Amino acid sequence: MAKFTMKFMLAFHDDPRSFDDLTPEQMQQIVQRYNDWAGKLAQEGRMVAGEKLTDEPGKVMRRSGNDTTVTDGPFSETKEVFGGFFIIHANSYEDAVAVSQDCPHLEHGGTIELRAVEAS
Amino acid sequence: MPDSIPQLVDHLFRHQAGRLVSHLVRSLGPAHVDLAEDVVQDALIAALRRWPFDGVPDEPAAWLYRVARNRAVDVLRRHQTLRTKLEVFESDSTALTDDETPARFDDELDDDVLRMIFACSHPSIPDDARAPLTLKLVCGFDVSEIARAFLTTETTMAQRIVRAKRRLRAGDIEIEVPGPKAIDERLSSVLDVIYLLFNEGYAAHQGENLVRADLVDEAIRLGSLIVTRDATARPEAHALMSLMLLHGARLPARVDDEGRLVLLDDQDRLQWDAPSITMGLRHLELAQAGEELSAFHVQAAIAACHAIAPSPDATDWPQILAYYDIMMARFPSPVVQLNRSVAVAMVHGPDRGLETIDAIDATALSGYYLLPATRAELLRRAGRTQDAVRAYDAALKLVSTTPERRFLEKRVEDLS
Repeated sequence: MAKFTMKFMLAFHDDPRSFDDLTPEQMQQIVQRYNDWAGKLAQEGRMVAGEKLTDEPGKVMRRSGNDTTVTDGPFSETKEVFGGFFIIHANSYEDAVAVSQDCPHLEHGGTIELRAVEAS
Repeated sequence: MPDSIPQLVDHLFRHQAGRLVSHLVRSLGPAHVDLAEDVVQDALIAALRRWPFDGVPDEPAAWLYRVARNRAVDVLRRHQTLRTKLEVFESDSTALTDDETPARFDDELDDDVLRMIFACSHPSIPDDARAPLTLKLVCGFDVSEIARAFLTTETTMAQRIVRAKRRLRAGDIEIEVPGPKAIDERLSSVLDVIYLLFNEGYAAHQGENLVRADLVDEAIRLGSLIVTRDATARPEAHALMSLMLLHGARLPARVDDEGRLVLLDDQDRLQWDAPSITMGLRHLELAQAGEELSAFHVQAAIAACHAIAPSPDATDWPQILAYYDIMMARFPSPVVQLNRSVAVAMVHGPDRGLETIDAIDATALSGYYLLPATRAELLRRAGRTQDAVRAYDAALKLVSTTPERRFLEKRVEDLS
């Protein structure tokens, strides 16, 4: 198994409504392509974790003095939601971008935000 | 670490969509067909957004069912007038407990699909909307795909389906397999719809339009369901199944590497799908129970003559001609007569075949490219080259699919 030097978080943002008009057959093709993409990363020993997040905005906690406030949010100005994330192994940003290049997420208006995990 | 990447079962989403819509329409009543379709679409989108992250679940059908059901419950709770419908789901809340075998769940959904097939072919649904409605609700096709399958515009098809759904919602259509009194007549319209789907797909089988090729698979899939249920496994249904399997078996040999149509005589018979032929012949045997003789029976018998002939020369053409004579006596039509002319030519020579064609009322088949194409073929065999070329040209003006066009062009080229 190849040794990778870094870990990255890939944050997937998308607009859930962009899928409304797809046919079942098209949806299946997209799922299969995600599968192929994630499966390939797993085969290469790159996959660490992947989780889908719920679509509600979530909660934000803040403390000032002794008071903790919990509010809904963060609300985004766009219709996009932070839909889920993967943690993968890669050797550099270039490498992480390269393996994300053929991710079907990019073909349906979604965006992928890449963040390097700081080495310990 | 997985060695190979798991592949989704072909058409899983499409087929599950049809099964879930059928199930929900049966549970909620036909008045709520739109609600059923909406929650199923929501469930598919949920899968599309979830499965990329944690993979396809072990029981994808059960997963989709659970999500669709929960969405339906949410919608029903929000609408005061729909709350009484909630008990539908409360009573079936055990449907997916862990000790329930997926096989039984599968079977129940299949029963709902069968009921929905009957509803879509109900006499109150307009004739031209039955097959499209079946594709929409039972097979999980979208309006754009159905429009392409029937070579019409999306607007036209959408209107046709909207009208059909209005009839369905009106409430006089039960989502049920009819009882013994009505079954014969109702089954006939169901089989007609399946045959139409098959023909639409078969006539245009080509790589350039996969949606239409899928119709052949859908027709055979629906037919299989019908012949595996006691109430519907009638001889006529077996005959249709036989006919579809025997013709379907030849599909792989029907187009050559250059995308040209290959006539029966020139097909590589080793490319015919042997398991389909075996199953087709088996259904033909089952079709012989009882006294009934449908057009499907005779057509299946003709298809069987071709399927069992090891080579074109070994084809029992006198037998085929005898079957066409039965067709003409019992189920006459200009298309049957046109096909019969080919058998006449094989048995009595091309001149007699041409006489048979010339006796057909051409106005009934105007615009049908196979009329001049068949004439051309027989003229060619009779050695009347000039006339043949003219007839091929006439056929070329009418032909609409690429493989058939290429075939005709090659014929003209070879003759000149």
